Amino acid sequence: MPDAHDVLFKAFADPTRRAIFERLCREGEQTVAVLTAQAGVSQPAVSKHLGVLKQAGLVRDRHEGRQTHYSAQPRALTPLIDWTSQMAGYWESRFDDLEDLLKRMDQ
Amino acid sequence: MNEAAGETRSVVVEREMPHPPEKLWRALTQPHLIAEWLMKNDFMPVVGHRFKLSGDWGGVLDCEVLTLEPNRTLSYTWDFAHDDAAYALKSVVTFTLTPTQTGTHLRMEQVGFRPDQKQAFGGAKAGWQQFFGKLEEVVARGD
Repeated sequence: MPDAHDVLFKAFADPTRRAIFERLCREGEQTVAVLTAQAGVSQPAVSKHLGVLKQAGLVRDRHEGRQTHYSAQPRALTPLIDWTSQMAGYWESRFDDLEDLLKRMDQ
Repeated sequence: MNEAAGETRSVVVEREMPHPPEKLWRALTQPHLIAEWLMKNDFMPVVGHRFKLSGDWGGVLDCEVLTLEPNRTLSYTWDFAHDDAAYALKSVVTFTLTPTQTGTHLRMEQVGFRPDQKQAFGGAKAGWQQFFGKLEEVVARGD
């Protein structure tokens, strides 16, 4: 059953995405162009990462003229702050791997 | 566990697996299979056996087999030593296998955290623990 922390774990699985999110938390609203300048990857890649973060509810976008501004939504992190959710997320992903293993094993 | 009962908490994760309990038991108790879904280890299915689970993030968990009932239940300690109490962890993991019509119901319960150990989750990469620590600060500040 995919749930909030599952979505968040996936959103944070990528180091570039984590860096973008941390930056938005630290420095406030930014445009894609400004984020790209420091992300070390192409603008389309940054946009894609922002799309994933947006789907997870971690960022919000605001259009102004031809620019899109992104800002962090730290409240989306609440499910991760509780350690029981963290650990449950960990075991859920271990169980995923266990299921994959069982499929490969002989009876 | 020395912690007072009120300080411990538990995590339960359950899942139906379309495989017989005997097969799950192998995955839970054979070291090369445990390594494929959990962590590298020197597990032996013997009560009292001490072993280590080595995560690919470099952390090592100290474990000891507590109970062993083939195809039914397995429990071991899951301790993570750390100078910083916020990261240290003492817990017990118990797997319970119940046969169903279509396979096995697998239940994992982990007990023994203290409320002040929010960041201590042994399976996480060390970097993630720091990361969550930072996130906690961010959330505490509000947006």
